[in-house]
Amino acid sequence: MGMTMTQKILAAHAGLDRVEAGQLIEAKLDVVLGNDITSPVAINEFEKCGACSVFDNQRIALVMDHFTPNKDIKAAEQCRQVRGFADKYDIKNFFDVGQMGIEHALLPEQGIVGPGDCIIGADSHTCTYGALGAFSTGVGSTDMACGMISGKAWFKVPSAIKVELIGALQPFVSGKDVILHLIGKIGVDGALYRSLEFTGEGVKSLSMDDRLCIANMAIEGGAKNGIFPVDDVTLAYCKDRFQREPKIYVADEDAVYDETITIDLSSLRPTIAFPHLPENTHTIDEIAPGQIKIDQVVIGSCTNGRLEDLEVTAKILKENKVAKNVRCIIIPGTQSIYLEAVRRGWVEIFVEAGAVFSTPTCGPCLGGHMGILGKGERAVSTTNRNFVGRMGHIESEIYLSSPAVAAASALTGYITDPTH
Amino acid sequence: MNAHGTVHKYGDNVDTDVIIPARYLNTASHQELAAHCMEDIDKDFVKNVKNGDIIVANKNFGCGSSREHAPIAIKASGISCVIASTFARIFYRNAINIGLAILECDQAAQEIRGGDEVRVDFDTGVIENVTTGKTYQAQPFPPFIQNIVTKGGLLKSIEK
Repeated sequence: MGMTMTQKILAAHAGLDRVEAGQLIEAKLDVVLGNDITSPVAINEFEKCGACSVFDNQRIALVMDHFTPNKDIKAAEQCRQVRGFADKYDIKNFFDVGQMGIEHALLPEQGIVGPGDCIIGADSHTCTYGALGAFSTGVGSTDMACGMISGKAWFKVPSAIKVELIGALQPFVSGKDVILHLIGKIGVDGALYRSLEFTGEGVKSLSMDDRLCIANMAIEGGAKNGIFPVDDVTLAYCKDRFQREPKIYVADEDAVYDETITIDLSSLRPTIAFPHLPENTHTIDEIAPGQIKIDQVVIGSCTNGRLEDLEVTAKILKENKVAKNVRCIIIPGTQSIYLEAVRRGWVEIFVEAGAVFSTPTCGPCLGGHMGILGKGERAVSTTNRNFVGRMGHIESEIYLSSPAVAAASALTGYITDPTH
Repeated sequence: MNAHGTVHKYGDNVDTDVIIPARYLNTASHQELAAHCMEDIDKDFVKNVKNGDIIVANKNFGCGSSREHAPIAIKASGISCVIASTFARIFYRNAINIGLAILECDQAAQEIRGGDEVRVDFDTGVIENVTTGKTYQAQPFPPFIQNIVTKGGLLKSIEK
């Protein structure tokens, strides 16, 4: 009986020839990640248990991205605590305002994570790095603390759902539509405790930005991780970027999957998740023009704050105006994406259209700052969760979409088909 | 190890944003977090909860964010145990790691109602609804996991 791609990476990091679903293993970690919200809890645990060193000061990443630039005094104190810790233990990958980006946009871009890695992060969207062919999963702060001390974590080896992708996406349809379609199909706990392994000839047509977006939301289907095979697209992305040698793991021919789901990429339409769960999906064709009025648009986050996301936004907003009474907030994932948007003239397009362009931050995605919703307000957002109260008031509503749908909706004030 | 208390009942997919909204994540203080526990799904929870009470919910409890603040808030509010049909995996791991007792039992989760008095024996996995007299069998944790929970969390369990 063969192993899935995830199982092969876990076996290699546990020093075992083979593992099987359900087995408990202890694996060596390549990278341990935390942010300004989860790291303080981990640092408290780290200090309480009397630890006085980290396993490797090059393999820990601390990113101040959630409530930064500091939204209030308490947020400032949390960052101050993490800054002090990074300084004390000489953490090489500490990213503060000015260098920081949204962690899951930043770590792949900076080449801190790459193919074949085993990664834990105290942030649920750590599963993003599966796009690079890594095993990567979200954990809590205690696991982060233990990981920083020992460089190890225990895992229950997951079984997997195989997601076979065929065909290629139509214009204005993107990775976000693929993952929303899949979550709509399996539900928010459809992949609970399991891996989502993406495969098939359709993979090669997907850009790295699309893959990162798809893997990012594996958690929204309950998955432990989402993972893509390593191909020329991955290696081209990692070239001159990834700080170590890529290790390529391939699922065995006879790997066992709990089930196989086939998605024809060419058949997908712009897809929107209605409040208050990412599984409440509808295609744009099910929504009449002028049916769903909006107050705010957010384009950004670890899901959709990358270059291609801003590119399609600029294409749609160019020489157009954001509708009256709509606030359009655009947030790049990292400083280098920000700079590129400036250089390519997109920022000028955004500002002339009447949108605002922010420094990188998770900000409104989790109702932190930079675009909180009031009572009864409705947003179209390229973020990843639309739970009750996620972006503000408990009577506000979030519709999750791709950047193309969000940008088109910003122009009309209603949820709008970008292909029109 | 046992728990005995009054039940607070919730449905499917109780996410970590309603357990502890992100607007309160600018602190790691257990007591401050507990003061806002369940605020966006049950604004009276904090007022009503008593030490030892039990949360019962349906499937995928704790889905969403990896914030350990969620099980911390629940534990610090006095809850002795969470019973659900299923738990989201990060919450499951976090609950054990911080020493919050949890049990998966679909039938108990379906049948137990808010306000019922429930007793739980973690060694045997037996859940008894004292109000209705009905008992349920959950899979108990193996001793090494029970040890983590009893000691008050993963790091406390490995402290020398």
